[in-house]
Amino acid sequence: MTLEKLKPSAIEQSVSIHFPYRRSRIYDILGLFILLAVVVILAATIGSVNIPFLTTSNILISKLPFIELAPTWTAALETIVLEIRLPRVILAGLVGAALAIAGATYQGLFRNPLADPYLIGVAQGAALGAVIGFLLPPAWHTIGPGIIPLLAFCGALASTATVYGLARVGKTLPVTTLILAGVALGALLSSIVSYLIITSGEKMHGIMFWLMGSFSLSQWSEAIIVLPYVLLGVIIILLYARPLNLVQLDEEQAQQLGVNVERLKLTLLTAATLITAAAVSFVGIIGFVGIIIPHAVRLIWGADHRFLLPLSVLTGAIFLILADLIARTVMAPTEIPIGVITALVGAPFFLYLLRSRKRVIF
Amino acid sequence: MIKIEMQNVCLGYSRKVVLKGLTFQVRPGEMMGLIGPNGCGKSTVIKALSHIISPYSGKILLDGQDIKKIQRRDLSRLLAVVPQMPLLPSAFTAFEIVLMGQYPHLGLFQYEGPKELAIAWQAMKKTDTQSLAERRVSELSGGEIQSLLIARALAQETKAILLDEPTANLDIGRQVEILDLLKGLCRDNNLAVLAALHDLNLAIQYCDRLVLINNGQIHVEGTPTEVITAENIATVYGAESCVYEHPFNGLPCVLLSAGNGRASGARDEIRKDAG
Repeated sequence: MTLEKLKPSAIEQSVSIHFPYRRSRIYDILGLFILLAVVVILAATIGSVNIPFLTTSNILISKLPFIELAPTWTAALETIVLEIRLPRVILAGLVGAALAIAGATYQGLFRNPLADPYLIGVAQGAALGAVIGFLLPPAWHTIGPGIIPLLAFCGALASTATVYGLARVGKTLPVTTLILAGVALGALLSSIVSYLIITSGEKMHGIMFWLMGSFSLSQWSEAIIVLPYVLLGVIIILLYARPLNLVQLDEEQAQQLGVNVERLKLTLLTAATLITAAAVSFVGIIGFVGIIIPHAVRLIWGADHRFLLPLSVLTGAIFLILADLIARTVMAPTEIPIGVITALVGAPFFLYLLRSRKRVIF
Repeated sequence: MIKIEMQNVCLGYSRKVVLKGLTFQVRPGEMMGLIGPNGCGKSTVIKALSHIISPYSGKILLDGQDIKKIQRRDLSRLLAVVPQMPLLPSAFTAFEIVLMGQYPHLGLFQYEGPKELAIAWQAMKKTDTQSLAERRVSELSGGEIQSLLIARALAQETKAILLDEPTANLDIGRQVEILDLLKGLCRDNNLAVLAALHDLNLAIQYCDRLVLINNGQIHVEGTPTEVITAENIATVYGAESCVYEHPFNGLPCVLLSAGNGRASGARDEIRKDAG
């Protein structure tokens, strides 16, 4: 059936109710990009050595391709900005982006506002892997980029794969079963982790610090490893934003509207799990970002995944860079675990949003 | 134009058979009504035809092609479903819900352009829902949502539409309006329409043919006059009724009266009379 010839007036009317909203979202995305750039420079500026904002910007701009800037700064400043602060800022941004979009994906896929990137066992698996890494004899710790991130990554993937296998019913993957299997396996792994922690003796402090998350040891080598996972995962998830909108109806209607729901679930779960695992392996289990950033974005910009997902990526990156900035500067030279900051600063802001914008968000 | 066909189909859930031996056709330009008591499997038939569940045996054909072999996206370009009062995500606007009907016509990575927006807008015009366009779904009444879902099915631009109780939440004015619209589309565009209906009188007035389901199989299939008889109603629904001719068009008409339900032994009396 084709609806009879479309009148120009009908096109104009429908476009006028839909496009302004879309255009304003696109401007917001561009605005957040600019804000992200400013935040990156800001975070690279502030620290134990004071560097003027303009100097930092010039150092960073001079490293962009096709731009030649005569250095007006010392080599030492350049090293501080490029080798010490920037990798940390970039890693924080990547992890924030990864956790936020993974959270938004899980919430959308499970149609559950309480879902977060750690719901189906990623965090507990990573924690177990990391704790085992901590307990291994020192000789193991000289392998590659570090045995702890490697084991954490493997633990995260293994536990999610187990949850996936347990939850599968025939050819389908019921969402409720998946969540319950994730929660149950997560509890099991958590209790093993707790047991290992209390018997770990003098290593306990290091483990606890890792579990709460920290960027204090960030290096370029780590950011370079995390980057491809996050980039690939984010691109895949962004491509599936529209079918994710349809799944919000319910799985049956999504199928009747042409979405291959089971394939969508598999693709998105794999992508979200990979980026979460890559993110937490190096910096620990950073809480709160993955559940709250998507909701904050929903409160401000609405629930359309085509905008929710990219806006979550940017907001998550900005938020975690700022949180890390606070974590390393407020009590300097002591660092506060970033997990403490994300909730301490993020929760009041989120509650403020929740009170001030009374819109239906889910 | 498309023909929907079930050939000796057996349906059920987790190995428990609900319906068996289903054989019927819905031809292009024909409005077919699916009637029967609560829980007889009307929704199951619709789920099977939209390939949400697969038959245990038998074949379901769309224009002679087994629907098992049709890709999900291609299937939803041929066949739209209007579900029975689903929960809709409250954060979406009415227009966004209708626009979802255009999903199967876009490439996976393509966004809606002016053409798709206009098709959705036009579908809302036909169902008289344009005034709701910018409202959130959570603010709408049952009847408004029902009309919206029909608009979404129209925006899907399919050759066949399946409807599960499309008039259940509508007042009588809207019932007639929506069914008039469907009947018109069905006739003018040669759509194949299959509607599960509770209201027998509406089914009689609008459907070209009816399938009456009872006890897991087709009890009788045919024109409304053939299917709607006092005897069939008593056997299937257990309610004694008066079936008479509609004064306007001579179609059958079902009238019920108090105290003649299944519990009051109507069926036994009928059997006695028949015996």
